[in-house]
Amino acid sequence: MIRTNQNVLGLIFASIHDSAVMDLTKLRTMGSVLFGGRYRLIDFPLSNFVNSGISQVGVITKRNYGSLLDHVGSGREWDLARKNGGLHLLPPFSHTSSTIYSGRLDALGNVWSFVEHSNADYVVLTDCDIVTTIDYRPAVAQHIRSGADITAIYAKGFYDQATETSATIFGVGEDGFVNDVMVDPPMTGECNLSLDMYIMSKEFLRRIVKESMSRNRFSFRRDILLDRSANYRVFAYEHKGYYSRIDSLPSYFAANLALLDSKNRDALFTKTAPIYTKTKDNAPVRFGLESHIKNSLIADGCIIEGKVENCVLFRGVRIGKGTVVRDSIITQDTVIGERCSIRNVITDKNVRIADERQLTGSKGYPLFIGKGAQI
Amino acid sequence: MYIKKECVAMLLAGGQGSRLYALTKDMAKPAVPFGGKYRLIDFPLSNCTNSGIDTVGVLTQYQPLVLNDYIGNGQPWDLDKLHGGVHVLPPYQTAAGASWYEGTANAIYQNISFVERYHPEYVVVLGGDHIYKMDYSKMLDFHKANQADLTIAVLDVPLSEASRMGIMTCDEALRVVDFTEKPKEPKSTLASMGIYIFTWDKLKKYLIENENANTGSKDFGKDIIPAMLANGERLFAYTFEGYWKDVGTLDSLWDANMDLLSPSEPLDLYDKEWKIYSRHDNMPPQYIGASAEVENAMITEGSVINGKVDFSVIFSGVVIEEGAKVQYSIVMPGTVIKAGAVVEYAIVGEDCVVEQNAHIGRSPEEYHENRDEWGIAVVGHNVTVGEGKEVAPKQILSEDI
Repeated sequence: MIRTNQNVLGLIFASIHDSAVMDLTKLRTMGSVLFGGRYRLIDFPLSNFVNSGISQVGVITKRNYGSLLDHVGSGREWDLARKNGGLHLLPPFSHTSSTIYSGRLDALGNVWSFVEHSNADYVVLTDCDIVTTIDYRPAVAQHIRSGADITAIYAKGFYDQATETSATIFGVGEDGFVNDVMVDPPMTGECNLSLDMYIMSKEFLRRIVKESMSRNRFSFRRDILLDRSANYRVFAYEHKGYYSRIDSLPSYFAANLALLDSKNRDALFTKTAPIYTKTKDNAPVRFGLESHIKNSLIADGCIIEGKVENCVLFRGVRIGKGTVVRDSIITQDTVIGERCSIRNVITDKNVRIADERQLTGSKGYPLFIGKGAQI
Repeated sequence: MYIKKECVAMLLAGGQGSRLYALTKDMAKPAVPFGGKYRLIDFPLSNCTNSGIDTVGVLTQYQPLVLNDYIGNGQPWDLDKLHGGVHVLPPYQTAAGASWYEGTANAIYQNISFVERYHPEYVVVLGGDHIYKMDYSKMLDFHKANQADLTIAVLDVPLSEASRMGIMTCDEALRVVDFTEKPKEPKSTLASMGIYIFTWDKLKKYLIENENANTGSKDFGKDIIPAMLANGERLFAYTFEGYWKDVGTLDSLWDANMDLLSPSEPLDLYDKEWKIYSRHDNMPPQYIGASAEVENAMITEGSVINGKVDFSVIFSGVVIEEGAKVQYSIVMPGTVIKAGAVVEYAIVGEDCVVEQNAHIGRSPEEYHENRDEWGIAVVGHNVTVGEGKEVAPKQILSEDI
């Protein structure tokens, strides 16, 4: 049921929030952070665009984008290898300043000719830190109906000043328009959390990008949303679906483990709007004679001979005989030997853990093991 | 304009596979699911790609819809090529009239013009119903080294099985001196695997002669090979060592799936150097629930397991509810096994529903006194087995009960 939304361009900021999970983004962009057994974070915005009929998509990157290029390729896996529109990767070519991108407006200024040359009337902006399944069609329709300059997509959620970083919170009036914007306010409780997804007409976006560049302003949040003097009309569109926000290592850990709840999984992975990702042609999972599995999400290509409880295992993981892995995220091609004991651990890609090793993190702060480490 | 190809593969995928009964009622045999996330045709197609053969004609005839859909543009096997790639070749109408493929040789005969576009020196002829991993390029090297007209891949089989197969007798240089289909008293144990490499000019000549002779069978084993032998052409046997299984019957299909669970892993599906590719739906990873008991099994994406699974192959998108039990069985994509149901020594087709407390199949131990009455129970595709209903061993169910 995919309808082409010819007049909407999707733009993904793959590098914003890189600093939120430094351990994971040391070697890659936020967009290429591994998630949910077989995905990378960019799969969610890409699939959401495609499933909303948005088939022209630009991906704005900043640095360390090797793994991102490798992952998205021509965009074929998302049905974005198209003659008209399709996927465009937009790496930086810093001509405005000696540093590369300091904010969304700066980045947009850099890639403006791409945006200008698309035949789109509307632009949807999103980052890669929100894991959710969303249909942008009603949001775009609502944007057009409301006559707003900007539509900001938000979700009701619990905000805790102690743990959240770089959160934007909206006050929403009875007319549905944003009447207050706060960044990291000193409060805790239920509120309207920005999902950092914005809808604008190309015309309006052109205006604010050009104006901002002429004044050397580059932050969309600070210079547009928080600038109340400009009197931009910002409509608030509530996304009611399941989402998780990844802004730290513990939240990354929790967002992965949240998929063990079938309610969350069913909300994220629907039959009508699949999440697409790069195919690896792994064989099915092979469970050995003495394997013992409880409450775990397991991607293809794994061979499991030990005990696994409350874990997310990515593609191609091996778990040896007599090993017990609990409450952990074991990413792609990690090999764990025999008679190990692993708990509250996140392993990055290609980690090797020898026989009889014991690794334990804490529930609130998992032990992170970097890419390719040998233990 | 067509770029010349040294070698083109022709994959015979038109067979009905009547001995798979309910499983091939609505799909051609090569489209039958296998090994968790594959269909039978994935093996020859992946072997072609991995062997460097990028031009494949797939000859279809019987119930081609599922197979055509599955092959699509050939992208999952890297066979969506500018030059060559995979082509589905159904029978067609000509000015002289329309005809079905009358035999394996006739099917290739009718597609001589497809092969000729690529001006190949060699043509590989393959079946679509065998499970094996094989490097055809090595066989082609052997064919070239012998300056052969036809090379037949052979497997050394136990003498007891030889009388069910096409048997080659060879001299010391592996040149074939005799070929007999299903001999009563086999002279050798080298059995044909149904994989041929022909030098194209020779094959074309024999195909045309066979067509004109109008033998009625128009078959490689019955006509082409005996004719080539009789004329003293150079026929060689290429011995293959490794896992190979004909999955033409329900029992052999079940066996071949169970072989994947054998600890000695005769067929390594995890070898990154020789992947078996498949087309798949974008499903999330499988979820094994808190009440599940999973041991010695192969399970794939999209499945949700809350029941007990032992010695079984579970395909994509299968749901096994809490309290359900599946053992020594194959459960094909999209099937739901509800609470309290038992599936044992069975093959359950695609998109079936096994309602609560239904019981499919029985363990052979229950039949140790009347063993002849025991066999695999089979449920066809899209069948609902009602609450508390039973499917007996050897029963083949193709309608809802």
